[in-house]
Amino acid sequence: MGFVKGLKCRECGAPYPKEPLHVCSFCFGPLEVDYDYEGIKKVLTRKLIESRGKTMWRYQELLPVDGEPTVGAQVGFTPLVKANNLARVLGVKELYVKNDSVNYPTFSFKDRVVSTALTKAKEFGYKTVGCATTGNLGNAVAAQAVQACLESYIIMPADLEQGKIVGTLIYGTNVIKIRGNYDNVNKLCSEIADKYGWAIVNVNLRPYYGEGSKTYGYEILEQLGWKAPKHIVVPMAGGSLITKIEKAIKEFVKLGLIDEADTKLHGAQASGSAPITTAVKQETDVIKPVKPKTIAQSIAIGNPADGYYSVKSINVSGGWAEDVTDDELVEGIKLLARTEGIFTETAGGVTVAVTKKLIEQGKIPRDESIVISVTGNGLKTQEAVLDKLEVPRIINPSLSEFDAIMDEKMAVAQKR
Amino acid sequence: MAVMVRIPTPLRSLTKGADEVKVEGKNIKDIVENLETNYKGIKERICDNDGQIRRFINFYLNDEDIRFMGNLNTPVKDGDHISIVPAIAGGNSHCNEIR
Repeated sequence: MGFVKGLKCRECGAPYPKEPLHVCSFCFGPLEVDYDYEGIKKVLTRKLIESRGKTMWRYQELLPVDGEPTVGAQVGFTPLVKANNLARVLGVKELYVKNDSVNYPTFSFKDRVVSTALTKAKEFGYKTVGCATTGNLGNAVAAQAVQACLESYIIMPADLEQGKIVGTLIYGTNVIKIRGNYDNVNKLCSEIADKYGWAIVNVNLRPYYGEGSKTYGYEILEQLGWKAPKHIVVPMAGGSLITKIEKAIKEFVKLGLIDEADTKLHGAQASGSAPITTAVKQETDVIKPVKPKTIAQSIAIGNPADGYYSVKSINVSGGWAEDVTDDELVEGIKLLARTEGIFTETAGGVTVAVTKKLIEQGKIPRDESIVISVTGNGLKTQEAVLDKLEVPRIINPSLSEFDAIMDEKMAVAQKR
Repeated sequence: MAVMVRIPTPLRSLTKGADEVKVEGKNIKDIVENLETNYKGIKERICDNDGQIRRFINFYLNDEDIRFMGNLNTPVKDGDHISIVPAIAGGNSHCNEIR
């Protein structure tokens, strides 16, 4: 089974077969998966979806695989948290956090794209897979390649956070660190895919890989009771996720799974790596590449592959884009942790801080429903907050020493 | 004015295999037109139906992207170097090999 007709060029529309291709050989545009929506509409209903397991594969007709998922069958269906405490602090009425920091098995939304890509890689008959990564993708490819009995190569910038490196090496994969930034890594991976004939998930399997991100959007819509929110704030690195959330909403409307949607998509970046938000704010669709300089390494991509399309998704939806400093993103991480008990990584801090900024700017009205996209886990980027936290007191195991601390606390409280 | 234009691999079938060709013109628009005169069929690969450079083709004049200069109207001078580079690197050539 499967409802994929083939691939087609997103720019000139030229059709291509279902092969590991990603660039149009005529106009050099990116290829995308072409589905038989008529066929899908005949079978896919809310009832059918609800009858299935709580994983991203409950939407499998809308994913580009021919058979059942062979890798990562347990990924997805993460909590959509009604964030009442954070809503109170931000002064808004209806706020949710879509929490992929607890995705399975490697605690980021990348588990979704990887289970799609590796299932496809197996269908194509690949034996070796790999990726260019800022961290999370490497974790996901390494872990799921083990499940799939595939050999893997993870290519990353040399200076990533320790949690991301350990969280890759532990799976016994081949890690190669590159002297340079992610954009250098990405270019090298294109050459590696070409020369070695491997499935580099975010290069030559990109049309299939990216489709896995749509499930993040489908889940938001289903978990809201089969309706679309007014606003979704999305972190942007290569810019793919925001375009796939847009696609997810459009597909659900087209298939009659939700009624009309009027969702504004807002993009979030760190100011030290903000080529997409800069383009949106300057009202152009030309992305000027930058050299990233931010602690938000998971989204530090200076030359975003889907930059143009993400600007388009934002503009068509009527949304906006903002970026925040490293200090602001650390405050964002702490704010989410101290209101909702969710510890997100630097990219999540960016998204929270940008949401706050957009509300203050009036770009997001306080009385409309808002979803914040949290896509990664804070335990992987502890360096970002380590020096920004209270230093715990150390005492002997003595009740009187503990009493002394309580007395001090009481005195401070009384002074206030 | 004569400038040197670097041709990417996928377009070399149109330039009889040449990786670099010499072309006359006073701005990028002229260069594209004269490329078409010399190597028929190359313009539709580089430009869309409105005559603009395709979105996933990068044109560099002496290593600077022409979109950050005058685009098609960017003037060129004798001895300048132009590179035509597909934005998304990597090819389709190996889809049925090794794995």
